[in-house]
Amino acid sequence: MLIASALSALLALAVFGVLAGGEMWRHRVVYLGCAIASLVLLAGGLKHLGQTPGTGPAIVLPIGLPWMAAHFRLDNLSALFMVIVNLGTTAASVFGIGYCDHVPEPRRVTPFFPLFLFGMNAVLISDDAFMFLVSWEFMSLASWLLVLSDHRNEESRSAAFVYLMMATFGTFCLLTCFGLMAGAEGGYSFPAMRLHGMDGLTSFLVVLLALLGAGSKAGLVPLHAWLPLAHPAAPSHVSALMSGVMTKVALYGLIRILFDLHGHVAWGWGAVLMGIGGVTAVLGVLYAILQDDLKKLLAYSTVENIGVVVIGLGLAIAFKDSGEKALAALALVAGLYHIINHSIFKTLLFLSAGAVITATGERSLNKLGGLLNRMPWTGAATLVGALAISALPPLNGFVSEWLIFQSLFKGPSLPHWAMKFGVPVVGAMLALAAALAASCFVRAYGIAFLGRPRSQAAAEAHTLPFSMRWSMAVLAALCIILGAVPVTVTDAVSHVVQPLTGVSFAVSADLGWPWLSPVSSTRGSYSGTVLVMTGLSLFVICIVLVHGFGTTRVRRADAWDCGHRENIVNAQYSGESFAQPLRRVFCSSLFGVKETVTMPDPGDMAPAKLEVRVIDRIWVFLYLGIGRVVGFVADRVNRMQFLTVRRYLLMMFATLVFMLLVVAVRQQK
Amino acid sequence: MTAILGQIAQIFLVVALAPLITGWVRLVKSRLNGRIGASPFQPYRDFYRLLQKEAVVAHSASWVFRAAPYVTFAAVWLAACIIPTFTTNMVLAPAADLIALVALLGVARFWTALAGMDVGTSFGGLGASREMMIASLAEPAMLMVSFSLSLITGTTSPAQIIAFVLGGGVGIEVSLGLALAALIMVAIAENGRIPIDNPATHLELTMVHEAMVLEYSGRHLALMEGAGMVRLTLFMALISGIFAPWGMAQPGAGALGVALGLGAFLAKCFILATALGFFETVIAKMRVFRYADFLGGALLLGLLATIFIYVSEAV
Repeated sequence: MLIASALSALLALAVFGVLAGGEMWRHRVVYLGCAIASLVLLAGGLKHLGQTPGTGPAIVLPIGLPWMAAHFRLDNLSALFMVIVNLGTTAASVFGIGYCDHVPEPRRVTPFFPLFLFGMNAVLISDDAFMFLVSWEFMSLASWLLVLSDHRNEESRSAAFVYLMMATFGTFCLLTCFGLMAGAEGGYSFPAMRLHGMDGLTSFLVVLLALLGAGSKAGLVPLHAWLPLAHPAAPSHVSALMSGVMTKVALYGLIRILFDLHGHVAWGWGAVLMGIGGVTAVLGVLYAILQDDLKKLLAYSTVENIGVVVIGLGLAIAFKDSGEKALAALALVAGLYHIINHSIFKTLLFLSAGAVITATGERSLNKLGGLLNRMPWTGAATLVGALAISALPPLNGFVSEWLIFQSLFKGPSLPHWAMKFGVPVVGAMLALAAALAASCFVRAYGIAFLGRPRSQAAAEAHTLPFSMRWSMAVLAALCIILGAVPVTVTDAVSHVVQPLTGVSFAVSADLGWPWLSPVSSTRGSYSGTVLVMTGLSLFVICIVLVHGFGTTRVRRADAWDCGHRENIVNAQYSGESFAQPLRRVFCSSLFGVKETVTMPDPGDMAPAKLEVRVIDRIWVFLYLGIGRVVGFVADRVNRMQFLTVRRYLLMMFATLVFMLLVVAVRQQK
Repeated sequence: MTAILGQIAQIFLVVALAPLITGWVRLVKSRLNGRIGASPFQPYRDFYRLLQKEAVVAHSASWVFRAAPYVTFAAVWLAACIIPTFTTNMVLAPAADLIALVALLGVARFWTALAGMDVGTSFGGLGASREMMIASLAEPAMLMVSFSLSLITGTTSPAQIIAFVLGGGVGIEVSLGLALAALIMVAIAENGRIPIDNPATHLELTMVHEAMVLEYSGRHLALMEGAGMVRLTLFMALISGIFAPWGMAQPGAGALGVALGLGAFLAKCFILATALGFFETVIAKMRVFRYADFLGGALLLGLLATIFIYVSEAV
């Protein structure tokens, strides 16, 4: 009931947003309303998650198709994702209260923001295919309008166009997928689909289409191309939601179909998912390392994290199909834990990118620098986010990576030879992605927040409104808390996993509460709580010993820099120079990176130039290739517009005959 | 109770012993170079001297620069607490496994790299950039070593692995040999030893770790150098513990067993330190962009170690 009223409140806020006009306080009211509605939905999700496992009551509303009412239900999986989604939306809405002044055109953002929130929440509680798809489209179109909000910018317009194409393609795949699952009788409600059996080919197509449909929304390689264009084009609090939250709704769709509605996905698909996940993770983070635009970097890092989650999901499918239910539960818990974590730290990092843009007006790394001294709050919160996304203990990102590694390490116990050899390779890819993510965020944080300011704007960065700082501080605190008490999180998630894999996930009992030991107590364990306590004590001992035996005096002086006294700011490492070793090692063949140095003639005072050219092979070969094919076909089909009436009639007749033949052949059977 | 005592002894042992091991390596190297060399206790005197000096901090440095030495040292120290040296009976042993160990060293590296970039000099950025490139290959290699060890011994916890090996559960396997080779290569890279990095140079185009800590002085420098020494001890304990755990005290061992374990650990460290000194003397440093071949080799060896387990099973 509370959830229903919160959702209707969001719709009402959208109307109010349209009427807001130029008055800034009205925009603030809309965001405040969104924050309250999100909090209510968050509480609703948490309340359901705290209860014993089981499906919630179904609600049937007489809206939608004439012959079919709309079904809604909140079960454990929906409740978990409701918590994930609304954590992000609450933070982004609170951020929006302060941020809406700084958006280029607030009147193009405020009305669609509540609609976007509504769409995402409605996807989660839909209990039939029709409502699911309508809500999915609601979410896609609202976010498309938000991407388009800066419509005078050519780049935003083309990003919005690519996004619209990909969203249409995704929905088309999902529509077909649901159609196949419903069968010839058209049982479009989810309970009917669960009962409906499938033959081999249908099952194959359903999984393929679900992967294409939900995967294109989530940003799996090679369907990721739109994501780094569209996510950064929106205002930062919307980018935070698109990257941190909307991709999670896409993963919800994938989990709902593969683990719940379909239910018996073959292990081979698990292997495919793991392969795609591994490639997505490595490519995503390599792209991220090459970026200069702070928001594009974050968007590519989202691609990487989605890959990490998909590795976990693929492993869970393989274990489930092989009857290893406890390990399937472990892998699924690992994937869900990473979904929770990524939604928190990615929202945090995008909000901080928004804060940086507000304070300096710059989003290029090479124009930033030294921001930690000017913006201590944002800097500290971003540091926590950067540490968490680099999977460093004791923060939350590490716990989920640890769980995924633990389940991967059990992967070779699968009976299939392909898995025995494939799992170590995927493990190496995941390890590579994790290590590269740390490099990527040392680079991003070190260039933007440390060092000396690289532009006037960065040197004069100003502090931010209260609401923006607090939303980041709360998210940073969550990164620490979810890392320090991992067992509490896995206990909450285990209710969700139980109906999907058949067994509940439980940590080994002989070690007790703060010890996370997924398989058995001698198999390997981790305790964030103990690690934090011990680490802090060692830190304090360290300070006491050093200050006790030595002096505490500090002298401020110029940087030594090996005696180079020239004070050139541009002599600092830039984004490109930091990435150079990694670019040479990993990207030279993968992205066709070419570096050309142009030296001036001796005696010429012109500066030397270094040009770096990067080719995105997927974009060039796949997308532009498809674009060319579509253009070619369209040209040919175009000729059909200029035929004579006689020919049109002939074509109609031929079509009619063909259809009648099809019907006749089918009846013969 | 003995587990708590063992843990506390371990915590202070690693820190107390680390400078001596580094001092010994330096002594071995100078003797091999034909020099008399300083006493192996010289690093302790250096620490005392550094602690008495005031710390100089650049105007442009933020709090990250001042916090990084403490965080780095604490992270490496914490990692070293978890690797058994003379006993496997430690209360903190289940708190982290090999994966967490890799990540704890990653924390130290992250902060050191940030500190290198904080002052805004070109040397700091150079060191940070190269260090992260090395880590992006060394870390996966180390994880693949953990993967193969976990497949052989059925656990990722160092204490349990050692208990398994001591229990005679492991014969001679190809995979173990490959894993050992990969682990030694990773250890060389992580500790910044020749041929990856030279701990004794300054102002060479090839330096990595020294470039990041170039701006440090006084107690901050002492902590950064101390972290490096503890890291070296940690890797010696890890390699000797997993591949030659003999003499280590097991739970239930008496005072004699513990004394034996301590003696065995000291002996292993000095053998490894001597070997390191010898190795560093006979080999030349590599070019920066050759690192990828060296560490990519380590990663591949780790992967092969994992895959060979099944090949040897099938044959």
